Amino acid sequence: MRFVSKVFDVLINKGWCKGCGLCIAVCPKKVLELNDRAKCEAPRVAECIGCRQCDNICPDLAITVKEREPHASN
Amino acid sequence: MPREQVSKWLRTRFFPHIWCPGCGHGVILHALLRALVDLEKKPEETVIASGIGCSSRMPGYIDACTVHTTHGRSLAYATGIKMAKPELTVIDVMGDGDCSAIGGNHFIHACRRNIGITAIIMNNNIYGMTGGQASPTTPQGARATTAPYGAIEPPFDICKLAEGAGASYVARATIAQPVMAEQYIKKAIQHKGFSVVEVMTHCHTQFGRKNKRSQPVDNLVFFKDASVPKAKADAMSPEDLKGKIVIGEFVNRDIPEYTDEYRKLCERVRG
Repeated sequence: MRFVSKVFDVLINKGWCKGCGLCIAVCPKKVLELNDRAKCEAPRVAECIGCRQCDNICPDLAITVKEREPHASN
Repeated sequence: MPREQVSKWLRTRFFPHIWCPGCGHGVILHALLRALVDLEKKPEETVIASGIGCSSRMPGYIDACTVHTTHGRSLAYATGIKMAKPELTVIDVMGDGDCSAIGGNHFIHACRRNIGITAIIMNNNIYGMTGGQASPTTPQGARATTAPYGAIEPPFDICKLAEGAGASYVARATIAQPVMAEQYIKKAIQHKGFSVVEVMTHCHTQFGRKNKRSQPVDNLVFFKDASVPKAKADAMSPEDLKGKIVIGEFVNRDIPEYTDEYRKLCERVRG
């Protein structure tokens, strides 16, 4: 049996993000960072384990963590 | 959490919201919405009331039956709504000043009556919107605009106040545990009777900058370090608990609910 790891997408609503950095502080895999416009980005999204801590802590409701459909991954 | 369901409860035209970047009130808004989605509540049967202050902006962002009332008196309005239509889910969101200072009287009497309202208290230890004056929950020694050398008054413990006044469900979480807050809010909404959930949050803009916690992340770290689960706190001495925040469920009791008792009274008197 082949082990298929889950893949997640971190969707960020940049219009709502205020760049407070709480999501960056809670992320255990350091997936997120602020860009030069002080908005959150997910440059290392491949590392995401889908714990949804960023989703839950975001005060601006700007982050959504979605599991990618298995057939769509790679 | 499926985000689409939470979005259905939002008045997205008012977003991004007015709260400061990193404000804990947003975390509580999200936790409340997740709880409502999980409980499969209908927006047309859910009432969210609020008083005045930063916390009271919350109903404006929720697409349910919302009412923005006078300072501290939101519980009085919520009581009226619950009495008129006991089948509604009535949630009252309050700040610490709204609940324990301006509306202190309404709060203790709502607790005493045990009316089926869920009170969510966002305790940020200060009057954030009006300029950072010391509130009844400002910890001793903490600085505020009206306490530049540190507050000398002992603060209120809102959970103990609610417990003493007779609330039938009392719990506390902090914004560093958003899932815990969500679970307590969920339990509080399901509970029959007056339920109080105190969520410790931060005002880094007013409280933080005077108390060496000026960044949202400083406050997150503070709450993570300072919170002690109730089971652990029971075994700790009062000296060790100084400056700590005890989190957990304090009261969960089954006592007669006010609207039920009122209905029974009406039936009895009518004969």
